[in-house]
Amino acid sequence: MTRLRPIHNRVALLLAAMTVAAALALPFLGFAPNRLLSGKAIALGAVPGAGWSGAALLPVALLLAVPFLRPGRAVNALYVGAGVLAAAGLVWLAGQHAALLAAVASPAARTSFGAGFWVMEAAALLAVLDGVRRLGLGPAGRVAVGVLAAALIGGQFAAGHLDQLSIMREYANQRDVFAGAVLRHAALVAAALPPTLLIGVPLGIAAQRSAAVGRLVFPVLNVVQTIPSIALFGLLLAPLSALAAAFPGLGIGGVGPVPAVIALTLYSLLPIARNTAAGLAGVPEPVREAARGIGMTPRQIFWRVEAPLALPVFLAGLRITLVQAVGLAAVAALIGAGGLGAIMFQGLFANALDLVLLGAVPVILLAVAADAALKLASALALSRLGRTAA
Amino acid sequence: MISFEGVTKRFGAWTAVDNLSLTVAAGEFRVLIGPSGSGKSTVLRMMNRLIAPDAGTIRVEGEDIARLKPETLRRRMGYVIQSVGLFPHWTVERNIAAVPDLLGWPRARVRDRVTELLTLLNLDPERYRGAYPHELSGGQQQRVGVARALAAEPHILLMDEPFSALDPITRGALQAEMAAIHTATGTTIVFVTHDMDEALALASRIAILDRGRLVQSGTPLDILTDPADDRVRDLVGREEWGLKRLAVETVAERTRPGETAPGDPLAAGASLRQALAAMVARGTDRLPVADGQGRPMGALHLADLLRGPDRS
Repeated sequence: MTRLRPIHNRVALLLAAMTVAAALALPFLGFAPNRLLSGKAIALGAVPGAGWSGAALLPVALLLAVPFLRPGRAVNALYVGAGVLAAAGLVWLAGQHAALLAAVASPAARTSFGAGFWVMEAAALLAVLDGVRRLGLGPAGRVAVGVLAAALIGGQFAAGHLDQLSIMREYANQRDVFAGAVLRHAALVAAALPPTLLIGVPLGIAAQRSAAVGRLVFPVLNVVQTIPSIALFGLLLAPLSALAAAFPGLGIGGVGPVPAVIALTLYSLLPIARNTAAGLAGVPEPVREAARGIGMTPRQIFWRVEAPLALPVFLAGLRITLVQAVGLAAVAALIGAGGLGAIMFQGLFANALDLVLLGAVPVILLAVAADAALKLASALALSRLGRTAA
Repeated sequence: MISFEGVTKRFGAWTAVDNLSLTVAAGEFRVLIGPSGSGKSTVLRMMNRLIAPDAGTIRVEGEDIARLKPETLRRRMGYVIQSVGLFPHWTVERNIAAVPDLLGWPRARVRDRVTELLTLLNLDPERYRGAYPHELSGGQQQRVGVARALAAEPHILLMDEPFSALDPITRGALQAEMAAIHTATGTTIVFVTHDMDEALALASRIAILDRGRLVQSGTPLDILTDPADDRVRDLVGREEWGLKRLAVETVAERTRPGETAPGDPLAAGASLRQALAAMVARGTDRLPVADGQGRPMGALHLADLLRGPDRS
């Protein structure tokens, strides 16, 4: 019987298998004569003149070795470092290949990411997440790893290394409207936040205080949550148009940002109200009784005891709400609210997948950034309250 | 100090407290005891208006508490519960300072008071003032709970089965500390328990409740020697009655002055139950007794334990 080397990290083994399979069986890039035709597959390393640029895959090779190494802080640090470098290296290699291909092709030709790239990139990023967890990094360490990865990839973007990739060619076309679309997207989400908090938090408090209110509020919000977003925009169209016709001075209409913000608010109410109620319900009854027994007024009990203890669960709800709203705001482009959805739909209708990607990737990045920012905020809030993160 | 006049409380069809009249005198250590459902906790919780009576009048220091703001009333009384209820997001210091903070005491005074209370409850102030409740053992948490209740120097301390969840050794230590605190401060204490040994050990007067009514009220000795009916006899424990009886009296009360006996002396403050245990352990029927400073006081004979209490 052959002695097998023991497997120390099954997650890393799975990611390594994904990477190898993608490298061998899936196209790394796609190359098309123009943006409307579907491209032909280009395997990893199959670009003429690529030569030494394959060295960018060195960190990927390191990742493949991780499952066989005896685990420890050093190996886990290597795991995270190799993951970050592999994620950046794959992007760099794609940009390099695109530049080589562009040098010999017509100006209309397009090089886009292939399935192999996406799978390998995903495996590298998952390796970073797994490694960060195994290293037991605190909030500051996690942010540092995220910033490092963003800098390595963003730096190539800023330096023009990726300019020959199709998504960046689309970006060049959309340069005038892209920044505006990102800002508008963020503004839609931000505009929905105050009404969400002003309505959702009191609803959650009322639902926790009174079972009757809870039985009324949550089913209604649940139903709202199940309405498809397109349908909700449609449902808002008629009453808002009527309102706009009745009061032309209000500056609202059946289409545009106002109904988008209303719809985002309606969707956000459930997670906010639900988590507000759940956070308050999690306050131990003896603590509440002690607060009453030592002579705190109801207001003091809420602000000094219940609110701080409910804060972690509330912040988790806010995180879900924001991530959800960032995604939903993309659909709002259909009713003329603008934002990154406008770029995505333009791409969909023109059958230009890279244009869709140009809209979708920033949506994902916004969602990830919102998620990370709120995780950091709740970690800080918890440490200020003197407790370790749950 | 506290008086109930014809107080009734119903929860739906259940009468928890039935036309109860009861007086707690200033400086008393009053223990309310009874089986579960006897209404003892309800009585306690009506004293600080956590529960409002359906009928009757409750007075605290002469004032009808229905006319006071509940918060004002509660800040004048300490309150300790079985599940402690420390604020988990606050340090020990801030927990203890809760009522003084509500009353607007100056910072320096609050800080001194926290140091004083931690010392009183045998917790090293420098080690524990910055700790969080989850870092403490159950016994330490309840020490902080007692310190929080005493923080604003209340005239009345309400305690609802405060030591029931603790192990016997910790419970014994905290009982001894409560007895010492009562002696030192003269605070009126109302203490709910279902444990007759605890009641006999701590109380200056006991009130026995059953189904919301007062069955008997009196000193531990009254309860032991003159139980009102079978319910009280059951609570006192028929089998161990004799031992409980011995536990409420001290050696000093039965010592024959001037006599001597061989062996290590008993402390005058020890209970007669401890004295009996020592005699059995040493196989003797007489032991020397010494006072708090170790000076010989006399001797205690086994026969003295068998006498009834001196009623002179």
